[in-house]
Amino acid sequence: MPDGDKKLDAKARYSAGVLEYKKMGYWEPDYAPKDTDVIALFRITPQDGVDPIEAAAAVAGESSTATWTVVWTDRLTAAEKYRAKAYRVDPTPNNPNEYFAYIAYELDLFEPGSIANLTASIIGNVFGFKPLKALRLEDMRLPVAYVKTFQGPATGIVVERERLNCYGRPLLGATVKPKLGLSGRNYGRVVYEALKGGLDFTKDDENINSQPFMHWRDRFLYCMEAVNRASAATGEIKGTYLNVTAGTMEEMYKRAEFAKELGSVIVMIDLVIGYTAIQSMAKWARDNDMILHLHRAGHSTYTRQKTHGVSFRVIAKWMRLAGVDHIHAGTVVGKLEGDPATTKGYYDICREEQNSVSLETGLFFDQDWASLNRMMPVASGGIHAGQMHQLIHYLGEDVVLQFGGGTIGHPQGIAAGATANRVALEAMVYARNAGKDYLAEGPIILAEAAKTCTPLREALDIWKDVTFDYASTDAPDFVPTTSVS
Amino acid sequence: MRVTQGTFSFLPDFTDQQIHEQVQYCIDNGWALSIEHTDDPHPRNTYWEMWGHPMFDNPDAAAVVYELNECRKVYGSHYIKIVAFDSSPGWESIRLSFIVNRPTEEPGFKLNRTEIKGRNIQYSISPYSSDKPQGSRYK
Repeated sequence: MPDGDKKLDAKARYSAGVLEYKKMGYWEPDYAPKDTDVIALFRITPQDGVDPIEAAAAVAGESSTATWTVVWTDRLTAAEKYRAKAYRVDPTPNNPNEYFAYIAYELDLFEPGSIANLTASIIGNVFGFKPLKALRLEDMRLPVAYVKTFQGPATGIVVERERLNCYGRPLLGATVKPKLGLSGRNYGRVVYEALKGGLDFTKDDENINSQPFMHWRDRFLYCMEAVNRASAATGEIKGTYLNVTAGTMEEMYKRAEFAKELGSVIVMIDLVIGYTAIQSMAKWARDNDMILHLHRAGHSTYTRQKTHGVSFRVIAKWMRLAGVDHIHAGTVVGKLEGDPATTKGYYDICREEQNSVSLETGLFFDQDWASLNRMMPVASGGIHAGQMHQLIHYLGEDVVLQFGGGTIGHPQGIAAGATANRVALEAMVYARNAGKDYLAEGPIILAEAAKTCTPLREALDIWKDVTFDYASTDAPDFVPTTSVS
Repeated sequence: MRVTQGTFSFLPDFTDQQIHEQVQYCIDNGWALSIEHTDDPHPRNTYWEMWGHPMFDNPDAAAVVYELNECRKVYGSHYIKIVAFDSSPGWESIRLSFIVNRPTEEPGFKLNRTEIKGRNIQYSISPYSSDKPQGSRYK
């Protein structure tokens, strides 16, 4: 350790003036994190000439107790305990100006059961801190002691399946299109056709709330007529994600209560309503036997760029604590951002009881979920029946596959589009269970199933060449390297 | 109409060989197999009648297919499904459930609407067959 990084005695430490963060106690290379510590991993890009260790210490300081100058009032508290401690700084593979900084936080820094409080520290002021060019929160380790202060998913994957009486295959959904402009009556038509044709769910889009062309009560009433008609036509339990997102909590509760009164099994919210509102709706959903779907509207503004923002894996962790049941988590093969390994990491966060360190999928920590329910990931955006083998291979069984265009855009109509997807899905699950190499033989399995299902034949013909093969902007950095400390 | 509950109702009805394959998959995963039957296919009829206990320690898919055919001899005009239970921690519920026998005629469901205050409608669904007493449906 260079001489200048050494800890100061109390007199030198608390003399009035400005001191480097690393000398204020925010850099402790020998610190062994406690089981009860919250740990954050940041990707830091220091300004030119800024020492990475000082930058890491500054992040620790600014996200916990520090201000820019020495304050004597530190000495009135157990300041050592409350200071976050940067304890490890590694260069990132392939990016010479970026560093992974591990920072440990004492559990008492955080209010139990509050994402708002957790995030106010961890992604608060520190993201605008001038000595850094950029800062990204890559991952967090949430101690069991803290996890247990959260409700977790209101329903969870197992109980959702029990309520829907649907096992052994991915669920199928579709977002109603066009997403804006349909009247309530026309909107319900799409819901009815899609559910009758074989989908389990239809979905409001994120920006369908209550607009001049369709007010919310009208939508809810027509949608529930459609859901119940489809249920009678198939003998299955059906649902439609009624988006209750609104300008105030009072209005959201009002809409959610109406959805409940109408017998809906599921309601939906958008990420943009905020962490506290999400936790409130999760509590409401638990109290009212409602599945809670979260549309991650807005997340790409801060999750997509690799150097600055918050990784979606962290958002997924926060949402599992906050208590949503469904979360959009990527498709791998569809039209939206999604490196396969990174996406697998997100799905593992949603569905595993315990996550193990897995650098290749972007998971930097072991994470024990302490029996919090599992979240059902949702794959949506530019997927179609012809990709069914890949979807099941990458995403597994506990997932909602949402084919919006892939249902509604079917040449023979919406119900035919839904049937094509359902037949493709069941045929692929059947083949997988029967021990076939379904990934390699996927196209053959689909062609075989299409022999007794004309809608599937047509779907395969029309979308056979559609792929979205672009380089990902957010692949994990995982070449193991030595620490600079 | 065709009741499409269960994992594979959109595929053509399975042969006993295909049922055997799916059952073997369940056994290989360590799941217990159960045979259940009903003459009330309401989507929220959770508790179908059990054909004996779930088979917890049975390594042989053929035994399940045998029991299924015994069940068919008695309840061949009813819905019969095969259900796989997973007792592993954190799941402790059903993993796979598929219909393997159904009535030749499936009359479907009636949608009942009760108009209540405002424009609200209260819905209920009832199988046409359930107008008759249990045991005398699908004759």
